[in-house]
Amino acid sequence: MVNVKVEFLGGLDAIFGKQRVHKIKMDKEDPVTVGDLIDHIVSTMINNPNDVSIFIEDDSIRPGIITLINDTDWELEGEKDYILEDGDIISFTSTLHGG
Amino acid sequence: MSFTAPSDPVNKPTKVKVSQLCELCHSRKALIRRPKNLSKLCKQCFCLVFETEIHNTIVANNLFQRGEKVAVGASGGKDSTVLAHMLKLLNDRYDYGIEIVLLSIDEGIIGYRDDSLATVKRNQQQYGLPLEIFSFKDLYDWTMDEIVSVAGIRNSCTYCGVFRRQSLDRGAAKLGISHVVTGHNADDMAETVLMNILRGDVARLEKSTAIITQSSGSPIKRSKPFKYSYQKEIVLYAHYMKLDYFSTECTYAPEAFRGTAREYMKNLEAVRPSCIIDIIQSGENLALKAKKSNAGKRVVKFVDGNRCARCGYLSSNNICKACMLLEGLEKSRAQVAIENDTSADGAALKLRALEKLSF
Repeated sequence: MVNVKVEFLGGLDAIFGKQRVHKIKMDKEDPVTVGDLIDHIVSTMINNPNDVSIFIEDDSIRPGIITLINDTDWELEGEKDYILEDGDIISFTSTLHGG
Repeated sequence: MSFTAPSDPVNKPTKVKVSQLCELCHSRKALIRRPKNLSKLCKQCFCLVFETEIHNTIVANNLFQRGEKVAVGASGGKDSTVLAHMLKLLNDRYDYGIEIVLLSIDEGIIGYRDDSLATVKRNQQQYGLPLEIFSFKDLYDWTMDEIVSVAGIRNSCTYCGVFRRQSLDRGAAKLGISHVVTGHNADDMAETVLMNILRGDVARLEKSTAIITQSSGSPIKRSKPFKYSYQKEIVLYAHYMKLDYFSTECTYAPEAFRGTAREYMKNLEAVRPSCIIDIIQSGENLALKAKKSNAGKRVVKFVDGNRCARCGYLSSNNICKACMLLEGLEKSRAQVAIENDTSADGAALKLRALEKLSF
């Protein structure tokens, strides 16, 4: 079981009830990975099923959304295989909007 | 609406492997891998490298002259916010000796532009730069909401694009500024190159990668200091520097064709991150072969510096695009006044409300 903080930035909060910061408690037995967290977000936090494609493409985070684990690009942390620890901050930032 | 900065990590990295260290300082843990060259950098080194690269672009292309007044086309979005911050920082650090003004255009889109202008107003405070706002209503006597109610949502980007481009020039001219910088980034430029190739628009293809664009006869030049900067790095920089930017897509139909090119490029980038800079490089080296057959007998020549007969704005035709669009709009004005005089306000807001309805 881990407690993490998830942030939806760059306009992504629009599909999460306009709330940028979410505290999430993952009840699954350790180890809990980022992949588990994403599954949890998709199945319980996106209210409108049509919005899933804004967040997910081909079973992973949609290209154009930057995923950071404690400010580190998740590419450097093993992406979905990263094992979450208590207090980790995971942020998803969309870049797919006008500048 | 106020600004909430992204949270700082609380968990400090423990047991950092040598292979995880920053490739420049070799002392801190690398946080990002640069899409351009795959080098792994820490937060501090990344920000410094990113700033220095833009400084190098500015110097190598001779973008600024000492004593020049420069207007930053500021929308409140990520690119222009980072640009305003960056120019202020570099001007202080390297002493370009330029005077920076934020120049915003209010298209009159309730529920979108009013919110983003609030962001620009905060930026004005944060960076201590003067801000000037020009509105479509003042310049053309039409707001985008009114235009959409007349011309329909499908054409919104055509009108908005033509009017906004001209507004920036007119605004700058009114302020006595002859240089407008915009936040177009490498992704935008690569997208444009792809779009021009897909459309077969050879005339635009050659010009689309220029860092400075200026028509002869026009007093206003435009430049793009972020030409070589990846969108991802701009967003990461804004994230690390905790910059305050506005990030909602315009409520009027997003430009469908650009959307396709953008989606395609994002997918390419996922496979090979350097492709964006590669496409720009290819675009820069594409030169059209001069047409031999009609080189000598070309009669109709494009005259640069021609002026619109109505408004005096630079135009390749007798009457400029904006005046042509305006003429079409005026014809429907009377009709609209009778039918619905208030519904034009906040069409975007209503659209958003409608989107949320479910049955």
